Amino acid sequence: MPHLLTAGLGLKPQHYDEALHCTASGLWWEVHPENYLSGGGPRLAWLEAIRAQHPVSLHGVSLSLAADAPPDAGHLHRLAQLARRIEPALVSEHLAWSAWRGRYHPDLLPFPRTQEALARIAANISTTQDALGRTIAIENPTHYLHIDGHDWSETDFLAELVRRTGCGLLLDVNNVYLSAHNLGACASDYLDAFPVHAITEIHLAGHHADPRLGDVLLIDSHDAPVAEPVWALYERLIARTGPRPTLIERDDAIPPLPELLAERERAHRMLANLEALPCT
Amino acid sequence: MHLSDFQDGLASALLPPPGASAPPPAWLDALLAQPGFAVYRNTVAKGCIDALQANYPAVHTLVGSDWLRAAAHAFVHQHPPTDGRLMGYGAGFADFLEGFGPAADLPYLGAVARLDRCWTEAHLAADAATLQAAWLAQQPPETLALLRLQPHPAARWQWCEDHPAYSLWQRQRDGLAWDANLPWQGEGALLTRPHDAVQWAPLPHAGCALLDACAAGASFEDAATQALQADPAADLSQLVALLLHTGALRTPETPLN
Repeated sequence: MPHLLTAGLGLKPQHYDEALHCTASGLWWEVHPENYLSGGGPRLAWLEAIRAQHPVSLHGVSLSLAADAPPDAGHLHRLAQLARRIEPALVSEHLAWSAWRGRYHPDLLPFPRTQEALARIAANISTTQDALGRTIAIENPTHYLHIDGHDWSETDFLAELVRRTGCGLLLDVNNVYLSAHNLGACASDYLDAFPVHAITEIHLAGHHADPRLGDVLLIDSHDAPVAEPVWALYERLIARTGPRPTLIERDDAIPPLPELLAERERAHRMLANLEALPCT
Repeated sequence: MHLSDFQDGLASALLPPPGASAPPPAWLDALLAQPGFAVYRNTVAKGCIDALQANYPAVHTLVGSDWLRAAAHAFVHQHPPTDGRLMGYGAGFADFLEGFGPAADLPYLGAVARLDRCWTEAHLAADAATLQAAWLAQQPPETLALLRLQPHPAARWQWCEDHPAYSLWQRQRDGLAWDANLPWQGEGALLTRPHDAVQWAPLPHAGCALLDACAAGASFEDAATQALQADPAADLSQLVALLLHTGALRTPETPLN
């Protein structure tokens, strides 16, 4: 039941045993399904053990929904099998592409938001939702490039995808902050324009400045605590949306679990405080 | 611009296929000129190289990070990942290393890489019940010669004729120092996953031949013949006991005849 989830954490192999025994209220764990699409073995056994104790979210990185091709049928089949086995509370993917013409580029790549792209991505989301038998949430990526030829703003593009497919949205506040910074836009304006009614999950993560260029280019590195300006945007956002399941992502320079749980507690408290208030 | 044209351009700039390529069109040049382009290029390369480093830990320990990452960089451009399951990326890395110029002084490296690959495949393979000695004991003696024993889906084995590949690999995996007195002779390895974790053991040449034959669908009688061809002095009952003990065989899905 998604509304019972407050703040969650990305599940890392080095934390499996501790994660199994966490009892924090509202806690849930998110994984990249790609790391569990094996034929069998210990990874699936670990995930099932976690799932027996906590809600789990599947956050895909390789379905490549923004490629000009349908999602790979084999990948979709394996993802559907995993979802049947794990019964995740949430399933999400990115507004980006990574697989193309038989090659996988391990990144979340951009594209011009054209009419053609909109039709293709809407079809890909629908194909995915049909295969999984459920709606998925689509995440706004971090941007580093000025690309010519956009017909749509990203917020309008996402709203139209919601309208056409019934999908949900995963709003990554750190990505909004970084994209606005890198492209010279305003993060608050983006959030004001975002179709918040469709938000089913929120992401928070840390970032760092480009090692060569410094603060002019901020990188979505997931290797640090969430930055204070991102917390401030988040606080403003959830005052509008009411409580939404919120994930703290950390994928590099991973500290001991108690440190991550302490950061997660901050988001949990902010959400729990909202629960006591009527939300508009 | 069509989405597919945009993707073709960006993909060619991120993971250029080997060989000559046409100069980038103006729109792509405009993207390449932006400082943010390096973020994508670095992330794609790092994702592939990190995966290879994680999937070849014994090779990594033997050659060090700088060497491994330089070799991985060359491999990535020849054999980029084909899907998002990077936990299984790098199937051809052992073959690549055997033809990789800078590895010429390390002729055993490919064989060690092959065992790292065996570990990955064993780790990710399908589950199945292991064949128990009690099951074998229940089979009518006259049918034993015709039994077609099947390797467990997670069982992997390798015979290396020229190098002590198993000892080299196992010492890296177990965190032991290089042994200067290691007898330089051929060795075989057996990796299995009877429960959760991948386990390993030395496997004689005859054992590798026996499993090769079983995997090819041979009857036990034919498999035993091939094992004895590999090593006429092999002790077959000891080999079968090793395969049962390590969980290298699976319980047949259907009754055998």
